[in-house]
Amino acid sequence: MKTLFDKIWEKHVVQQIAGGPSVFYIDKHFIHEVTSPQAFQGLEKRGLPVFRPQQVVATADHNVPTLNQHLPIREELSRRQVATLIENCSKNNIELYGLGHPFQGIVHVIGPELGITQPGMTIVCGDSHTSTHGAFGAIAFGIGTSEVEMVLATQCLMQSKPKLMRINVDGMLQNGVGAKDIILYIISQISASGATGYFVEYAGSAIRALSMEARMTICNMSIEMGARGGLIAPDQTTFNYIKGRLFAPHGELFDEKVAEWSQLFTDADATFDKEIFIDAAAIEPMITYGTNPGMGIPVTGHIPALSEVEASERPSFEKALHYMGLQPGAAIKDQKVDYVFIGSCTNSRIEDLRQVAAFVKGKHKADSVEVWVVPGSKQVENQARAEGIDKIFEAAGFQLRQPGCSACLGMNEDKIPAGKYCISTSNRNFEGRQGPNARTLLASPLTAALAAITGKVDDIRNYLEPVVINERWRMENEILVNQ
Amino acid sequence: MKAISHISSTVVPVKMENIDTDQIIPARFLKATSRDGFGKNLFRDWRFENDDENQPRKDFVLNNPVYRGKILVAGKNFGCGSSREHAAWAIKDFGFDVVVSSFFADIFRNNSLNNFLLPVQVTEAFLQQIFAITEKDPATVVEVDIPSQTISIPSAGLSASFDINAYKKTCLLNGYDDIDYLLSIRKEIEQYETNRR
Repeated sequence: MKTLFDKIWEKHVVQQIAGGPSVFYIDKHFIHEVTSPQAFQGLEKRGLPVFRPQQVVATADHNVPTLNQHLPIREELSRRQVATLIENCSKNNIELYGLGHPFQGIVHVIGPELGITQPGMTIVCGDSHTSTHGAFGAIAFGIGTSEVEMVLATQCLMQSKPKLMRINVDGMLQNGVGAKDIILYIISQISASGATGYFVEYAGSAIRALSMEARMTICNMSIEMGARGGLIAPDQTTFNYIKGRLFAPHGELFDEKVAEWSQLFTDADATFDKEIFIDAAAIEPMITYGTNPGMGIPVTGHIPALSEVEASERPSFEKALHYMGLQPGAAIKDQKVDYVFIGSCTNSRIEDLRQVAAFVKGKHKADSVEVWVVPGSKQVENQARAEGIDKIFEAAGFQLRQPGCSACLGMNEDKIPAGKYCISTSNRNFEGRQGPNARTLLASPLTAALAAITGKVDDIRNYLEPVVINERWRMENEILVNQ
Repeated sequence: MKAISHISSTVVPVKMENIDTDQIIPARFLKATSRDGFGKNLFRDWRFENDDENQPRKDFVLNNPVYRGKILVAGKNFGCGSSREHAAWAIKDFGFDVVVSSFFADIFRNNSLNNFLLPVQVTEAFLQQIFAITEKDPATVVEVDIPSQTISIPSAGLSASFDINAYKKTCLLNGYDDIDYLLSIRKEIEQYETNRR
């Protein structure tokens, strides 16, 4: 009668403090340049070494340029931050996949792609989207810098056990509707704070039918409804994905591990603090209109009218629409866009790029739109080039850039100008997130690709040859798995 | 860390819900490699027009000299979004010791406690009372007492209790942090690692 979460949690409790949190052991710790320097500084102040450097993996992603990565970083503070990471890793014997390394990329893309992320593990990183790794049936969550310091010093954290929620998504998705639409739909239903205090397990036939990369998109955005993390029980799809990857177990050890991982599921009679049921067939292509990820509607829908918003929420709602330059009650379809950003730890993997390429092949972007495609990792970029996806993008007028977090958070030069509308495959539409006064509309890669071609928000279902895209997609995924 | 126990202060009310950490401290100010100096960019884009310190937005409360104090009061779901601890550093560095809201995002709550910035969660009704009373009289003093776990407005005869786990309470009152504790049980951690193999 245990949940998947309980099974992993219990194996990682080192000590339970009476009336307080547990001392919780961490198997893998990812670090990056932005949230780690102060942690290393803290260790130095206390005269402490890194306790288990072989369990730490570093990359540079948040604050790196996505053009000319072979040149020194132009911006002085960014250059210094990346240099500090290199110095801290070399001093402490931590493996670093920095700029120029063939494994460099967004931390939540490279972990799974290298086979570092595995079922049953506990994984943390100083980044809230660490929940991505939960797609493998791992307990993975974001932490602050003081906690980064704790894990570097002791490989442990003080954690209180969260409440548990299960979200069941059952049925067949409509053609053109994908993982991003599922998660945007869920968040729009339960709000940006609807899962605060909870860890979420995603289950149901629609989740089981998703590829690993699609599952990562779902778990990635758990934090956007307040959940500390999200996870999905591992299955054959998971094992197929992991098999053969660089840091995955090989040979007999792999088979032993699969036997062990196969026990990681929620028992039939286990209970949750909260349970939600969602009909997959009811989900339409989704888009956000406001300044938190809970403000989502179908692309065919209307922004709520003032009368539909609770009185206490009206000041925030009106502030959001004022910021976005949108009207209460208006349709979102045909809203013009100026920029298209395809990237981020939510949607920058090879399947995302393949899906976009399959749709835009032979088409050209609208003149009024600028399109940035930022691959999640060097490996994704190289794979895209090997498959000729770069040529498709070039012909369509899309810019294929180099890996990093880029315009998801606008920390580097990739900022959306003030007042401009950007349809973005990233995870946050907060005020100023993509640059001061930039206006973000969150959507799936397909909906973003369509906006790139038409220059406005539209319904992808009207543009797809149903079976063809689905079949092609499935075939390509099978090819990838077999490689 | 410097222990905290009792805070008595006027408040700064930010009557907005779902304040995310990108608003508290925008990403472009996360390039520092030390913990200091984030306070000057607290709520940067709500405080200043066109990113210009010479153009304060008059309608934002931090620019209103009437509201000063060590207690920040904000709408529900405060600190959602990014895990950046810089948000807690910025609030603490600006001079706040307490944030009051009806609901906190989990990571922000932990980050705050790790920096001895106390998140005090009250009911929505109590929160609205604080907003109403301090809007009428900005000089209203609010008392936050950690030993008794109470928040009160003596002038209005209002009081409420708040939750904090016993372990964290001990930490705050004595100036201990989690690393001090974790280091003290290093043998147990090593034993756990051995047992797992």
